[in-house]
Amino acid sequence: MFSNNPFAELSAVISPSIIQGYIVLMFIMVVGGTILDMLHKKSAKYFFENAEKAKKNAKRTLSGGEKVSLAVATVANEVITSAEFACTRRRLSHLLTMYGFISIVVATAVLVFNYPNDTAAGIWPVVWHIGAIMLCLGGYWFWFFIRVDVSSEGVKWYNFNGRGDIFIVSLITMATFALLWSGTLASGGILNMIFLVLFIACSTILFSTVFWSKFAHMFFKPAAAYQKKLVKADGSYENLPELGELSDPDLQAKFPDIPEYMGENPPNMGAGIKREAPSHY
Amino acid sequence: MPTFVYMTRCDGCGHCVDICPSDIMHIDTTTRRAYNIEPNMCWECYSCVKACPHNAIDVRGYADFAPLGHSVRVIRDEEKGVIAWRIKSRNGKKDMSLLAPITTKPWGTAIPQLSDESAPSKEMRDSQLLFNEPKYVRMDDGELHTLESNGLEIKVGVYY
Repeated sequence: MFSNNPFAELSAVISPSIIQGYIVLMFIMVVGGTILDMLHKKSAKYFFENAEKAKKNAKRTLSGGEKVSLAVATVANEVITSAEFACTRRRLSHLLTMYGFISIVVATAVLVFNYPNDTAAGIWPVVWHIGAIMLCLGGYWFWFFIRVDVSSEGVKWYNFNGRGDIFIVSLITMATFALLWSGTLASGGILNMIFLVLFIACSTILFSTVFWSKFAHMFFKPAAAYQKKLVKADGSYENLPELGELSDPDLQAKFPDIPEYMGENPPNMGAGIKREAPSHY
Repeated sequence: MPTFVYMTRCDGCGHCVDICPSDIMHIDTTTRRAYNIEPNMCWECYSCVKACPHNAIDVRGYADFAPLGHSVRVIRDEEKGVIAWRIKSRNGKKDMSLLAPITTKPWGTAIPQLSDESAPSKEMRDSQLLFNEPKYVRMDDGELHTLESNGLEIKVGVYY
């Protein structure tokens, strides 16, 4: 099952060009949905206005190299490892769903466009199946254990919250029906056909509801994380105070309470509020 | 006006929900981000602002507190054991900062033992001061009180 290209068997029923056309259509829907979303929420306008404001308050101008290194740091931390999540469970679940989604999307594109009739398509069918399993693991973990916890939303697993849940529900159902469809390909029959129809339906919902769902967060969040690093580096820091190095003599001269009560070299005080996970009670 | 959340900063961790004394910071079920459900009930205590690990919460201060659109922002860094404030006027000409050690006492250690105190006298009842007002806030009996003058020390480790 894992090493078989499910789309090669599908091409016996549906023409490869139709499958490829469907993939292109979904891609256009994602791009169109994201642009409409940006126009509607004016998020891009807000983002650039905010960036202008930060530039005006900047204490120093960043060089091109510094900006590139900040972009690299954003990719390394916020994008690749989801470091922005303070909650470890959310972070792990997000990493599973994110890499599962990327694997299944890339593998689907490669299988459909490069190996439309090739049952053994190298490593790609394995990538496709592992991606779907990772999506299921991360998605169901989130849906049944994290989302229902009061430290998140505290919503019952059977409660569907409309717009907020379109993305995650269509994502996990797509991965689930993809696996069920692929798993029943050998036996065929009506059940396999039902799974195929549900897989296509869930995929269509996922990619065509970008305007309403939170699908586009994967484009917005890295931009916001980059901006956050930028304002810190250029000194504007969104009007937040600077903490500075507490052992710095200039800082100690300006704020004499620091050496008086904390000593010349203040010690690390420990994790503070972060030592306990929030429980909401 | 009261607190609001920068949605691109918030990751829905829930520290603000935990700490809000009015229970008005909630997680939005659609966006999975924190928001102030009842701005009228926010008394600008800044607890959530200080608790937020991403500095995602800001306050639109009332005119008496932040006249003419001042920005009042704070970072409470517990690892360093300090709290930093920055007050900036709308045109940016006034830009003031403050840095001080955190003096919050460990949880449960500052409960007044009122039953041990004697009943207030008539003079105390007629006074402007609160009954048994802690001596550290009394400004009418000499110099400014400091930790040192009251024989107090900063404890290593920050509690909330």
